[in-house]
Amino acid sequence: MPRKFTPKVVTANALLEGDVVYLTAAGAWTRQHHEAELLADEEEAKARLAAAQARGHEIVGAYLADAVSGAGGPEPVHFREAFRTRGPSNYAHGKQERA
Amino acid sequence: MYKYRDFDHAFLAERNRQFRAQVARRIDGSLTEDEFKPLRLMNGLYLQLHAYMLRVAIPYGSLNSRQMRQLAMITERWDKGYGHFTTRQNIQFNWPKLPDVPDMLDALAEVGMHAIQTSGNTIRNVTSDHFAAAAADEVDDPRPVAELVRQWSTDHPEFQFLPRKFKVAVIGSANDRAVIRAHDIGLRLLEQGGTRGYEVVIGGGLGRTPMIGKVLHPFLPEAELLPYLEAILHVYNRWGRRDNKYKARIKITVHERGIEDIRAEVEEAYARTREEFDPTATAALLAEIRADFAPPALAPRDPAPFEAAKAADPVFRAWADTNLSAHRQDDHAIVTVSLKAHGATPGDATADQMRVLADLAEAFGQDELRISHQQNVILPHVAKADLPEVHARLQAAGLGTANVGLASDIIACPGMDYCALATARSIPVAQKIAERVEELRIEHEVGPLQIKISGCINACGHHHVGHIGILGLDRAGVETYQITLGGDATQTAAVGERTGPGFSYEEIVPAVERLMLAYLEEREGEDETFLQTVRRTGLAPFKAALYGTEDQRDAA
Repeated sequence: MPRKFTPKVVTANALLEGDVVYLTAAGAWTRQHHEAELLADEEEAKARLAAAQARGHEIVGAYLADAVSGAGGPEPVHFREAFRTRGPSNYAHGKQERA
Repeated sequence: MYKYRDFDHAFLAERNRQFRAQVARRIDGSLTEDEFKPLRLMNGLYLQLHAYMLRVAIPYGSLNSRQMRQLAMITERWDKGYGHFTTRQNIQFNWPKLPDVPDMLDALAEVGMHAIQTSGNTIRNVTSDHFAAAAADEVDDPRPVAELVRQWSTDHPEFQFLPRKFKVAVIGSANDRAVIRAHDIGLRLLEQGGTRGYEVVIGGGLGRTPMIGKVLHPFLPEAELLPYLEAILHVYNRWGRRDNKYKARIKITVHERGIEDIRAEVEEAYARTREEFDPTATAALLAEIRADFAPPALAPRDPAPFEAAKAADPVFRAWADTNLSAHRQDDHAIVTVSLKAHGATPGDATADQMRVLADLAEAFGQDELRISHQQNVILPHVAKADLPEVHARLQAAGLGTANVGLASDIIACPGMDYCALATARSIPVAQKIAERVEELRIEHEVGPLQIKISGCINACGHHHVGHIGILGLDRAGVETYQITLGGDATQTAAVGERTGPGFSYEEIVPAVERLMLAYLEEREGEDETFLQTVRRTGLAPFKAALYGTEDQRDAA
C-alpha cells in the first residue's frame, strides 16, 4: 500500500530580505504560514514546488514542508517550521516583531 | 596591529566592487541562485533560517576602537543594533538585506575589515590566543605569524577549492587558549636554543567525527613555515576525500592514512615547495609585519587604587577574582569583559556596548580589543590603577558580569534560532542554564566549569571539548539534548564522553543542575575542579545523578 501523503506547503526565503515566505493558492508569496495553500495531493505538491523553484528571481531555496489544517489555515508540523513562522526565541525579531 | 598597505586597500576595493556588481546581477535576474551562491559565500554571506547572515572576519580576534565603532555603526544602520561574536573570533550580523550588503562591505573596508573566506572550502579566518602579547606565560606574540598566514592564504588560487574548509590557529604559549588541537593546523610558537620555530599539529577538529590533532613536526624553524604549510595543503588537496563531504576534512585524511604516511608525503612535497619560496623575502615581510605589532610601551603605574577598590568593594573584588588574568607587566592586567550576563545571549553585544568597549580600549587599553573563542571581549593591556574606573563603566553598560570561567560563561552556537543547519536550539538552553545558576547562587562555589552547547553535530559550540558538553538534536521531531562530560579545550585537550540517553528541552536545565550538585557532593575538597573530579571518578556518579542509580531505575 502506498504511504499516506502528509499535506505540504511550499516555503522559501525572499530573495531581497531573506524572510520566510509561503506560496498561496493564488500563486503569490505571503509572509504568513496560515495564508499558504495546503497541498493534500502529492502530484499537485510536486508541480507547485517546481513552479515555485522556477521563480528564482523572487525567492531562494523553495521546498515542501509538512503542514496540517488548522482553524485559521495551515499550521506547521515540525518545530523547525514553527520557528520559521515566528523568528528567534532570544529576541522578538523577525515575523513576531511585526505581528 | 597590522596596518593595511596600499595593496590591501586596493585588493579589498576591487573585491567589493566585483561583489556589488554580482549582487546587482542577482537582483536583476542575470544570475541564478546556483550561480550566485558560491559568490556570496566567498564574501561571507549566508542565507539562514529567517534572514541573510553576514559573517565578518576579525583576524586572530584583534580589533581597534575605530573598527569596533564601525561595527556598531553597521549594526545600527543596516542590522538590528547588535552583533554576535562567534567561537571563530568572527562577528555575525543576523539581519542584513541583500541589497544593503555591498554598502556594509564598503563600510567594513573603510576600517580594514572584510568577510572574505569566512565561508566556503577555503582557509578560514586564522584564529589565535585572545591574550596574545599580553599574557605572562607567552614566548612571543603569535599574531604576526597569524597575519603572515592570513596574507599567504587569502585568495591563494590553489586553496580556493579545497576538499573542505580549513582552519588554522596560532598560539605563543604552552597554555593553549585557542584550542589548537581542534584545528586542521595548530601552530605553537617555541624558542629552542635562541631559534624561533613552531610545533605543528594537524588533523584536529570537532564536528561529526571529533579528533584531537597530532604533532606533525615538533619544531619547525620559522624560516620554513610557509613552504611547509603549503606542502601540508598540497597533500590535503591531493588526498582529501572530495567523494564524501563528511569525510573531507584533513582530520579524516590523517586518520585514514596515518600520521607517519602524511608526514612522509608532506616532507616529499616540502622538498618541492621550499624551492618556490624565497626565505629572505618571507623573513623581510614577517619583520615588517612584526614592526606593526610592536608591543605598546606601558608606563609603570602604582596599583594602589586597585588594591584599595578590592578592599572596599566586594562587587569589584568578585569581578577582579574572575575576570582578570596575569599580564606580563605586573602593574597591568588582562580584562575579560563577559558577554554572558545571566539570561543574555552568549556573544551578543549591542551597538552601545560596542561603543563603550571602544571608548575603554581607547582611554585605558592601548586602543586594543580582542574577541575570544569563548565569545567574550578582552581589553588586553589595562593598568591595574585604572581597573576601578573600567569596572564602573562596564557595569553601567551591563558588561560587568563577574562570571568568566564559571558555569554561566557558556559557549553557544546560534542554533535553530538562526542557523539553517541546526537541529535544535542552543541559545535559550544557555540562557536558562545561566538564569538557573544565578537563582541558585551556585557558580562561585562550583568554580571553573566550561559548559559548551552546539545546536547540531557540526559542533560550532565546541560541545566535545566542554567540561559539560550539550548537543542539540532532532529526535523524531522533538528537540533532544545529549550530554558529554570530561571534554577539555586546553593543551591537555580531550573529547568528552557521552553520558547516555538525551534530555528534552524541558529536562536539560535540571539535568545540568544535577551534574553541578553531584560534583559538589563528589569532589575531594574545594581545590578539585569539576573536570578533575570527572577524571578521578569517571562518569558513574554523574550518570547516577542524571538517570538515577540502578536501584532507583528498577523501582521506577
